[in-house]
Amino acid sequence: MMIPGTIYLIINNYIPMAGLVLAFKKFNYQFGMWKSPWNGFSNFKFLFMGSDAFNMIRNTIVYNIVFIVLGTILAIAVAIFLNAVPGNKSKKTYQTIILIPYLISIVIVSYIGFAFMSQESGFINNSLLKDNPVSWYTTPSVWPFILVFIHLWKSFGYNSIIYYATIIGIDPSLFEAAEIDGASKWRQVLHITLPSLKTTIITLTLLSIGRIFYSDFGLFYQVPMNSGPLIDVTNTIDTYVYRALLTLNDVGRSSAAGFLQSILGFVIVWLTNFVVKKVDKENALF
Amino acid sequence: MNKTKKKVRPGIIAIHIIMIILCLLCIIPFLLIVISSITEEKTLLMNGYSFFPEKLSAYAYTYILSGNGGKILHGYAVSFGITVVGTVLSILMTLLYAYPLSRRDLPGRNIFAFFVFFTMLFRGGLVPSYMMWTQMFNIKNSYIALIVPNLLMNAFYIIMMRTYFSSTIPNELIEAAQIDGGSEMKILWKIITPLSKPMVATLGFMTVLGYWNDWMNGLYYITDATYYSIQNILNRMLLDIQFLSSAAATQLGTAADIAANIPSTGVRMSVAVIGLIPILIAYPFFQKYLIKGIMIGGVKG
Repeated sequence: MMIPGTIYLIINNYIPMAGLVLAFKKFNYQFGMWKSPWNGFSNFKFLFMGSDAFNMIRNTIVYNIVFIVLGTILAIAVAIFLNAVPGNKSKKTYQTIILIPYLISIVIVSYIGFAFMSQESGFINNSLLKDNPVSWYTTPSVWPFILVFIHLWKSFGYNSIIYYATIIGIDPSLFEAAEIDGASKWRQVLHITLPSLKTTIITLTLLSIGRIFYSDFGLFYQVPMNSGPLIDVTNTIDTYVYRALLTLNDVGRSSAAGFLQSILGFVIVWLTNFVVKKVDKENALF
Repeated sequence: MNKTKKKVRPGIIAIHIIMIILCLLCIIPFLLIVISSITEEKTLLMNGYSFFPEKLSAYAYTYILSGNGGKILHGYAVSFGITVVGTVLSILMTLLYAYPLSRRDLPGRNIFAFFVFFTMLFRGGLVPSYMMWTQMFNIKNSYIALIVPNLLMNAFYIIMMRTYFSSTIPNELIEAAQIDGGSEMKILWKIITPLSKPMVATLGFMTVLGYWNDWMNGLYYITDATYYSIQNILNRMLLDIQFLSSAAATQLGTAADIAANIPSTGVRMSVAVIGLIPILIAYPFFQKYLIKGIMIGGVKG
């Protein structure tokens, strides 16, 4: 029974892991992945020659940290609001609607972005900023905000529902007792709800930290419409690897960057889990 | 407790207002592309995309449906095809892997579980995967490229399915079926799967989303536009303004002549809307499973 799945995982996941050795090879299409000659660390040397490497690693990490912090705060706030909404019907309706952005592909998100921000026909330039239109797709300074906004817009519903699931699992007698003691709603949130969310917050944050060297390729490539002038603020490890591999055909540098991503990603998952295990065994992932 | 009529507290109203604003924020952006797709082309060129256009027109849609959008309709069919085939295969493989994993009497259970779990911790990444799929398996420019890489099995889904099996299906049921002489295949198919319908629906819908929304496999492995799914067409149309006109030109004649007549500003948005519709139609039927799935999956990590 498990044969098809095992074979698939070996091919789809395990062979590429072994393929990471490419980072130390001088790739040659004639010899392929396994037989290309070794060339030590020279791919990495090339990778770190320009400023690209530091820039993309910094972008990836900084965006992720902002996403984690703001995303968690927003999701918890919405979950608490959702829980405070009286009536199951309105609760269901709100839940259903805030999930809609999560359902659609990032390509369609980029169309929405385009409809708002296009230079000639965008809604913002034509209806809101008629007198001094902004050339959004060539103005790097606004993109950190746009990308953070779009990320939060697309993901807050999903995360809120995870936190909401934890909130409805809290023993209701705790709230009843607090009510009798005359605790305000705010104090109840502060002293009952938030502490009960601790495990979920740690788990989700751990998972996000584990992915801190990864980015949503579509968000950073498709939404800014692959615009050259924006590259300083939109280049992440994933977009770099893609561009180096498929548009520049630079297997050496892209495999070196991919190697760093895989290894650092693994090390950081292991490390965060190790730290959590030391501090609080219950919350460790594995 | 208190017998007085429920007073509507100001706090509750404030919460409703906040939630309604959030919901509007989620919906309004879609309205812009929907309204733009039914705005007349000249109005679009003059006033841009707007929520309150001067003149409406269904021209973009008739343009696509009247045969000019051959590529678009074909891409739509491709998307449907890969979504159906991919989802069925994916659910089957997940069931087949998760069921033995849920059984306590499976020899080497921990090894098989770790085998799955490890794929979530460590990945080879794009470069080796790309080299493997294109050089060892030669899947470039084929429908297989849209179905197989990355999307067919998800470690997280396998673990969710396994947890569901082991926490909801009583062992006695399986034992009884074994005594009755049912083969393992039969037990999985006749007893386990019907009992797990909610989980199958949840993961099924998530997998459908994954396939319908996927554009990366197409971006990596497809260079021949005849294999494009609707997402790849959308991706190309946005990054490459010439794409739609050149696609139409090959069908209709001179490029310059066509480029002038193509209502590209509106057609773009109508294709985006068309790509959105199936998900929005399916969503109401699956939303309760999706929400449940997120709740189970999220809390368990």
